[in-house]
Amino acid sequence: MSVQDVLSPFKAWKNLFRDPVTIADPINDRPGAARYRGFHQNDLDKCIGCGTCEEICQNGAIDMVEAVKIEQAEGDSGLRPRIDYGRCCWCALCVDVCMTGSLTMSNAYTWVDADPEEFRFTPGVDKKDWDDAELGYHRPEGLHLTPMTRVEMQEMEPGERVGNFDEIVCGYSVGEALVEADRCVSCGLCVATCPAHMAIPDYIAAIRDQDYEHGLEMLYDTNPFSQVCGRVCTHKCEDACSVGHEGEPIAIRWLKRHITENVPREKYMDIIGGTADGTGKKIAIIGAGPAGLTTAFDLVKMGHNITVFEAQSGPGGMARYGIPEYRMPYDDLDHEVSIITEMGVDIRYNMRVGKDIPMDQLRQDYDAVLLSIGLHVGRSTRIKGTEHKDVLKAVDLLRDITNGIKVKVPKKVVVIGGGNVAMDIARSMARLQKQKYGKVDLTVTALEDLQHFMADPEEVKEAGEEGIEIFDARGPQEIVLTKGGRISGLRTWKVISIFDDQGRFAPSYDEADEMLHKANMVIEAIGQASDVSLLGEELTEALDWNRGRLSVDAEGRTSQSWLWAAGDCVHGPDIIHAVADGHVVADSINAALNEQEEADAKD
Amino acid sequence: MNYQPDRSKYPAKKADGTLDIDLTSGKYLKLWHGPNHPGITGNMSVELTVCGDEVVEGKVHVGYLHRGFEKLMERRSFIQCFPIVCRICVPEPDFNEYCYAAAIEELSGVVVPERAHWIRTMILEMGRINSYLMYLGGQAGALGQGVIGQWTTYVRDLMLDRFEELTGARIYHMFILPGGVRDDLPEGFKDRLEATLKEVDAVLKDVYDVMFKNAVFKRRSIGVGYIDPAWVDEYGITGPNARAAGVAKDVRKDQPYLVYDQLDFEPVVDHGSDIYTRADVRRRDVAMSVDLLRQILAKMPNEGPVMAKLPNVLHWQIPRGETYIRGECSRGEYGFYLVTDGSRFPRRVNVRGPSYTHAMTLLERMIVNTNISDIAALMVSLHTYPPEIER
Repeated sequence: MSVQDVLSPFKAWKNLFRDPVTIADPINDRPGAARYRGFHQNDLDKCIGCGTCEEICQNGAIDMVEAVKIEQAEGDSGLRPRIDYGRCCWCALCVDVCMTGSLTMSNAYTWVDADPEEFRFTPGVDKKDWDDAELGYHRPEGLHLTPMTRVEMQEMEPGERVGNFDEIVCGYSVGEALVEADRCVSCGLCVATCPAHMAIPDYIAAIRDQDYEHGLEMLYDTNPFSQVCGRVCTHKCEDACSVGHEGEPIAIRWLKRHITENVPREKYMDIIGGTADGTGKKIAIIGAGPAGLTTAFDLVKMGHNITVFEAQSGPGGMARYGIPEYRMPYDDLDHEVSIITEMGVDIRYNMRVGKDIPMDQLRQDYDAVLLSIGLHVGRSTRIKGTEHKDVLKAVDLLRDITNGIKVKVPKKVVVIGGGNVAMDIARSMARLQKQKYGKVDLTVTALEDLQHFMADPEEVKEAGEEGIEIFDARGPQEIVLTKGGRISGLRTWKVISIFDDQGRFAPSYDEADEMLHKANMVIEAIGQASDVSLLGEELTEALDWNRGRLSVDAEGRTSQSWLWAAGDCVHGPDIIHAVADGHVVADSINAALNEQEEADAKD
Repeated sequence: MNYQPDRSKYPAKKADGTLDIDLTSGKYLKLWHGPNHPGITGNMSVELTVCGDEVVEGKVHVGYLHRGFEKLMERRSFIQCFPIVCRICVPEPDFNEYCYAAAIEELSGVVVPERAHWIRTMILEMGRINSYLMYLGGQAGALGQGVIGQWTTYVRDLMLDRFEELTGARIYHMFILPGGVRDDLPEGFKDRLEATLKEVDAVLKDVYDVMFKNAVFKRRSIGVGYIDPAWVDEYGITGPNARAAGVAKDVRKDQPYLVYDQLDFEPVVDHGSDIYTRADVRRRDVAMSVDLLRQILAKMPNEGPVMAKLPNVLHWQIPRGETYIRGECSRGEYGFYLVTDGSRFPRRVNVRGPSYTHAMTLLERMIVNTNISDIAALMVSLHTYPPEIER
């Protein structure tokens, strides 16, 4: 110790001459940093109410609550996060995990209120001063707490697949499925969107748990066509998938398929097959497609006697006769249907109602009749030349190919249409051309431009890979014939718009932009209709119709108390919709029969 | 200086080893020191038995802060534990975040990008400076020098500003996510950090002049609170408490983690082993951290990712395994022992905070024969944070 040690502390006095470092009015003069994790903001238009914020919050500070101001849309639960600031710790994991990036934080950090209830609020709904603050914590670019990229599905190479009808999609391996199933955030928006309300997050969880049998049980609980839907479903669920907002949606369809492929076939019946005691009621179903067989599946489980009348020689309806084998192998379809027949459903093939057995007889012999006849008649453009024998309908041709009938395969083919049926027939014909000539020469023309194609994007992409030329926004005008009366091609004009101001179908063309697509055959694939000739004049008259389709109530009942209708013939082409229809109708028929029985017992 | 207690004042030992203290004799008095005493480092208390103004026995009582973090984590998914861990140590929370993240990364096989290592190191050193600044203020305050605390709080606040702009929060940063760090450095951050470091340098010099070159402080701290180097291994003493006793223990050097093997430094070691030396070692440690931060800013790669791709954190399952991650925090060796069983939750988390040994077993031994007026300075000189005792 020295004199220094006595004097040195007095150096502290120099601070007398310094300005103060404290901020006099921090609330106004000291805003939070640009990244400050302050009070929450929520962009209500972007938020889909998926609830991942609620899921990740370790404090249980977030509740998803109904937000009345929000119009509910597809893929939106209508709920919005309400945050309890008595529990929140401002960790911002909710911001990081947010599937749409709607949830953010402002840099505001002072909030005074005498009422503690005020501090439980729904950002965005309860207006706050900081709603429009630009600064504050936003999820950093590139930071995702859940994987955004889909596991690519392995497919047969285009060169390899175009010469045959073998299935293109290879299916996920267990490892791939685990990675894909891991991406699911279990929000359940897909369940609401799926017409059949399949338990999607639960069966995806079953994959993660590697419990395929439980997964299969859940699949068949809502969908007896799970093997089919695992391949060709229109997967509206994937459009609603919350992961799809900032990444690629979960491959729900492929995961469904993965479960069905990983349960041995001999186990299916044990898992799915239980039926109730017989009720003695008899129900006739016309058409062994997804709608009819789903109804049959449900009703046979309830203990009813089911007879299905099928005009074709095989089951599946449009799933078999409308979808080519490279997308939906017949073997899997047959296995799917075999479960239903094994449960006791009697399918009578080659029985066309109205021809082989009259409708009236069904009405007399059965307690209820279901019409699920699909859409098996192709529509025509009715342009000049369509009456030519080499102008064919896609559905007829697809049916013939399925039935193994040798169809005419010319060197050059033009397909009119931009939907999935157009792609199906184009790719089927391409395969036949490849087999016959060793090369593909096929053109697809469609009214819509590529952005608005009705067909799935992957179908369009795969068609292109297989050598099919696609001309979008072309309106068919005339089928041009040679002097000898053979087809030489299709003349088209450029489409300017398809619908008029009122939204009616009225295409307008740029006549200067004309093309001739050379072809020896023209296939029309512009839509299908039902063959309702089986109904007979009297019944047709008695039923209600809506734009050429049977009109039914919410339960699938027609105006005739004994007759129900379901599937494509009512709601247009879609397998999963047909399955959903089937469940509704089965419940309705069962309820009606029970009611009848109770009424009879009273008498 | 070897500390020899005056045994004459000391009560006799009973056959079971406890002291024979007869409170009715009028010779002894029980005193509660804490839990709200300003000289106590956080919420803990010491039950003193005094004879005159000399302590004959001291028992440490903790539990005022118990929130059961380790048990809470057993019921939280791995990502949900992330906001919890920082709370185990308030003034220097980043070590919890780092140790937890590193343990998760080791067991799950997530590979952290290079740049994230550098940013993590930077954050840990910034946190160390903050922790020491708080200590210096406390140490001076315990001996009546309030002004030192005001100065160190000023620079600590500047450092908190840097934390705020980097991580979005001042105290609980929640920035070191398993897999990396949440975000890159903001625009111009390095310059502003350098400016803050300059300010730290300046204040450190003032602190040296006023606190360390100070007759009062020297009289009160030199030779008081002696830790025998032989106790270091016996009690598990680490960090500046060990280094001031001449034992060069520093995890950054002994078992380099993050990027410490790429930085140039030598642990600060001294031999006085009293309150003064421990304070001085910490003051020099701040200077070393400032130097390390300058090295980090210079050597850090300028581009590259800061976050690894994670699996879906909502149902992240980590394979069976166990690991112990250690790091050198401002108080000594900080460690996380993590056991996973393949489920979505940690099977067991055990946090090794250096304060456990320093504030419990070591303090109970050191406090005997201390003058009451020295207890606050002695406790602060061990630099303990009670929350890490009560995980």
